[in-house]
Amino acid sequence: MTDKVYGKEKWIQGLEGLKNDYKIYVPVKDGDFHAFMPMSEGKAPDFDYDNTRMSPKAVMYPESERLFEYSLDDADPEANILKESPKDFSPRAIVGIRPCDAHGFQIVNRNFDNPEYRDPWWVRRFGSTTLVGLGCNRPCSTCFCTAVGGGPFHEEWLDALMVDLGDRYLVKGLTDKGEGFLAKMTGGTPADEGAYKEAEALAEEASQKIVSSPPTDRLKDQKTTDLFNAPFWEEVAFGCLNCGTCTYLCPTCWCFDIQDEVFGKQGDRIRNWDSCMFPLFTLHGSGHNPRDQKFQRVRQRFMHKLKYYVDKYENGVQCSGCGRCVRYCPVNIDIRDICERMNNFESA
Amino acid sequence: MVKYTEKIQEIAKRLLQEEKVDVFIGYRKGTMPMMNQPVLITAPEEAARLYWDNFCGLNLCNYLTKRTDRIGVIANGCNSRNMVTHIIENQIQREQLYIVGIPCEGMIDHRAVMRAVHYKEILDIEQNGKTFVVKGADFEETFEKEKFLQSNCAVCTHRNPVIYDELVGELVEEQTDVSAYEDVEKVEAMDPEKKQGFFTRLIGRCIRCYACRNACPLCYCPTCFVDESKPQWVGKSIDPTDTLTFHFLRAYHCAGRCTDCGACERVCPMGIPMRQFTKKLNKDCLELFSWEAGLTLDQRPPLDVYRPDDYNDFIK
Amino acid sequence: MENPYVPYPVRIDRIITETEDRNLKTFRFVFLNPEDEAKFAYTPGQFAELSVAGKGEIPIGIASSPTEKGFVSFTVNKVGLVTTYLHNMKEGDVMGIRGPLGNWYPWDEMEGKNVVIVGGGFAFTTLRSSIVYMLEPENRPRFKDITVVYGARTPGMLLYKDELAAWEQRDDIHMHITVDGTDDPDWKYNVGFVPAIAEQKITSADNAIAIVCGPPIMIRFTQPVLEKLGFPPERIILSLEMRMKCGIGMCGRCNIGDKYVCKDGPVFSLAQLKQMPPEY
Repeated sequence: MTDKVYGKEKWIQGLEGLKNDYKIYVPVKDGDFHAFMPMSEGKAPDFDYDNTRMSPKAVMYPESERLFEYSLDDADPEANILKESPKDFSPRAIVGIRPCDAHGFQIVNRNFDNPEYRDPWWVRRFGSTTLVGLGCNRPCSTCFCTAVGGGPFHEEWLDALMVDLGDRYLVKGLTDKGEGFLAKMTGGTPADEGAYKEAEALAEEASQKIVSSPPTDRLKDQKTTDLFNAPFWEEVAFGCLNCGTCTYLCPTCWCFDIQDEVFGKQGDRIRNWDSCMFPLFTLHGSGHNPRDQKFQRVRQRFMHKLKYYVDKYENGVQCSGCGRCVRYCPVNIDIRDICERMNNFESA
Repeated sequence: MVKYTEKIQEIAKRLLQEEKVDVFIGYRKGTMPMMNQPVLITAPEEAARLYWDNFCGLNLCNYLTKRTDRIGVIANGCNSRNMVTHIIENQIQREQLYIVGIPCEGMIDHRAVMRAVHYKEILDIEQNGKTFVVKGADFEETFEKEKFLQSNCAVCTHRNPVIYDELVGELVEEQTDVSAYEDVEKVEAMDPEKKQGFFTRLIGRCIRCYACRNACPLCYCPTCFVDESKPQWVGKSIDPTDTLTFHFLRAYHCAGRCTDCGACERVCPMGIPMRQFTKKLNKDCLELFSWEAGLTLDQRPPLDVYRPDDYNDFIK
Repeated sequence: MENPYVPYPVRIDRIITETEDRNLKTFRFVFLNPEDEAKFAYTPGQFAELSVAGKGEIPIGIASSPTEKGFVSFTVNKVGLVTTYLHNMKEGDVMGIRGPLGNWYPWDEMEGKNVVIVGGGFAFTTLRSSIVYMLEPENRPRFKDITVVYGARTPGMLLYKDELAAWEQRDDIHMHITVDGTDDPDWKYNVGFVPAIAEQKITSADNAIAIVCGPPIMIRFTQPVLEKLGFPPERIILSLEMRMKCGIGMCGRCNIGDKYVCKDGPVFSLAQLKQMPPEY
C-alpha cells in the first residue's frame, strides 16, 4: 500500500515533479467554468471545483483527430494510399477526475474495445492513461451517480483516489497503474488512521447530499418496442433545439463521423465527434432518413442510453450520472425525468 | 411575474376551451433554477403547467416554423418581432396565430448570477419585482434585477410586443437613452488584424454544437449550408477558419432579420457572446437603411428586396 | 493491434457500365498487395467500405463471389459525393477497400433447402454474389431448387444482363426476370412488379428459405406475398441499408434498436426485424 497524505502545496509540487513521466491533465479555471488542461501549459490546477463543463473524454478521444494522411499527387508513387498519422501514446494522467467521469470512460470503453473489434487509438490511450480521481465532497443537486452504480467516492473505475481533507489530501492507490503513479511522486507521509476516518466521514456526508435518484430497475424488463412507441416522445422532444450540447458535453456519448479533408495535394482522414441530434447523422445518400424528425432523434438518444445499451451490454445504463446534460441543456430537457418515465412506463 | 403566469394560464385555458386555438405554446417551470422549458399544450386542463418569469430568454417563434395548426403563443417584444419576420417570410400565417403579448422588462442573465455568487450551486431563486434572492445550501443573497439583465435586454428599445391579440398586462415604458452599439464601435475602431484576432478569440471555445443556430428562429433553412455535402462549403473538424466561416455566414444570413433576442447567446453552452456577430449588422441596417427588424408587416427586410430604382450604384 | 480502419490498397481493374441511365457501374478491383486478397476473405451477403482518398468512404455490398478469384467487385449507384467521384475514376486508378464487413446470408441454414431469391433494382448485387456462389459446381449440390425473381423498371435498368441471359439457359436455376414496363417488342421475359411476379412464380414455401433485397416499397409488398405462401418470418431474410461510417459498430449511426446494421447486420430475418423498432 502506498496510501499517503500530502499537504495541498506538496501535492501540486509532486505533480510538477512527474512532468517528465506523464502528460498530466488537471482541472483549470477557464472563464466561467472549469476545463481539463495539460499542466504543462502553465495553468494552475484548481482542485476546488464542482466539475468541468466539458467531460474529460477529449483527453482520450479528441473532438477532432487526424487518423490517416495521404498524398493526392499523381507523381507520388504512394498517392492515394492511406498512412496512419503519427500519434502520442506516451503515459498520461488525469488528476482530479471525478468518479462519475471515470465511470464514463469505462462505459465508452465497452464500445471501443469489444471482442470483435478494437479501436486502436482509443485502446492505446485508455491503456496509457492513469486516472487519479478526486472524491466529491459536495455533489450538485443535479448529480445522480449513485442511481447508476457509482458514487461521489466510488473507487471502482479509478487508479487512485484523492480525498480533500481540507488542508491536505489523502491519496489512495487502487490499481497497479495508480500505485506506480504514486510511487513516482515525491513528498507525502504514510496515511494515518485519522485521515482514513476523516475520508470515510466525508464520503458518508457526500452520499447523503445526492438528492436525485431516477429509477432504472425496470428498464431491462421493458419491451424495446413498447418504449419506442411510448406516447411521451413528442412531448419530451417539443422544446429540444436538436443542438449537440448534451452529446458533446456527455462523458458517455461516443458517436463519431469520419471526414476527408484536402489541402492542396495533401489529404487527411479525420474523426470528429458527431451527434445523434443532427439530421445529417442518419441521412442516406438516397435522401431517405430513418430519423428525419426531431422527436425520433431525441428518442434515439434516450433509448440508446437507457434501453439499447442496457440490453446490449447488460451492465447498467449508458450514463454516469454526472448531470452535465441537466445543467447545460439550453431548454432544460432533464434525463432524470425521462429515465423515470421510461422506467415506470406501463404499456397499454 | 406571478401575475403574468396566472394571466397566461387563464388566457390559454380560455382559448383552448373556446377552441380558438388547437395548441398553446409557452414555457413551463424548469427542473432547475434559471431554466424554463418551452412547452406545447393541447388541453385546457394543461394550462396550469404554463409559467413565466425572468428566465424565459429563448425565442418561442422558433417553435412556430411551418406549423399548420392554429396556435396560441406568448410573445414579448423581441419574440413578437420575430413572428412579424416569420409572417413576412411565409413561415407562418398571421391568421394562424393568437399572440398573447407580454410587456417585458427584460430577462436575467443566468451566467451573471452564477458569477455573482462565485459559482456556488444555486438551489432556488425568488423573484420579487425589482430584486431577486439567490439561495444556495449555505448562502442567500439579494440582487437588483436591473444590474443583472441579459446584455441584449439592457439595451432593448422594443420591450412591448409589436403585434398581439391580447395583452397579459399594461404596456411598459420603453427604454430610450440606451447606447446599444458601444461594443460594436470598439470593434469597428480596430484594424483588420485586431478584428480578426477579436473574432478568432471569440470562437476559441466553440464546439460546433450549433445550439446558437438551432435556437434562432431565423435559421429555418431545411438544410443549413454547414450541413451541405455537395458541395461541402465548410469543413467538419474544429479548424478555426471553418468555425469562423460558420459564424460569419450565419450572421450575414440574419442581417436585417435579427431582432437581438439573445437566444443564441443564452443557449451557447460555452458562453460565447454570440451577439458580437449579429450586432454589427443590426447597426449597419439601422444606419444605412433606418431599419430595425420585425417592426412592420408591410415591408420586407432591406437585404431581402430588389428595386430597379435603388439609389445605390452597385446594384445597377 | 490490427487497425480495422485501414483500407487495403486496390487498383481499379475494370469498370462496366451496367444500366442505360449510366448511373450504375460495376467496379472490379485488384489488390495492390497480393497477400491482402486472402485477408479479405468474405461470404456472400457481406459488404465493404470503398475508400477514396480525399472524398471518404461508402458502404457497398460485395457483388463478386468468393468463388471468383483474383479480384473483388462492387456495383455502385451514383447518388452522393463519393459515388459521383468514383463514377468518374478510371481503370488503373488506386483507391482502397476496407472489410469484409457485416454478417452474411445464413448459408448453414440454407443447406439442403430450396432457395428463393427476390431482388429489385440495384439491390441485386449481393444476390448476384449468392447466385454465382451457389452455382459453383462444388457448392450446387448443397442446395435444392434455386428460384430467382429479379425485376427492374425497364430492361435497360437490369444489372448483369449477360449473366442473367446465361442463367436463363441453365436448368439448375429457375429464373423469372421481370420489368415494371417496356415497349421493347423483343422483350421475352415477364412484365409486372416484383411482388406480383413472385406471387405467380413461387409455388411453395416447403423446405424453402427466401432472401429479399430491394427498394423499401418492393420489400413492403413482397413480405405479405411470402407470408401468404407460407414462409415463416424466420425463413424470410432481408438485407438492409443504412448510412454508415465506421462499418464496425462503433460510430453509432446505423443502429436499429440495439442492433448495428453494419456489424449485427446487414442481413436480418423478418423474425428479428419484428422484434426491433421500425426505424430504417
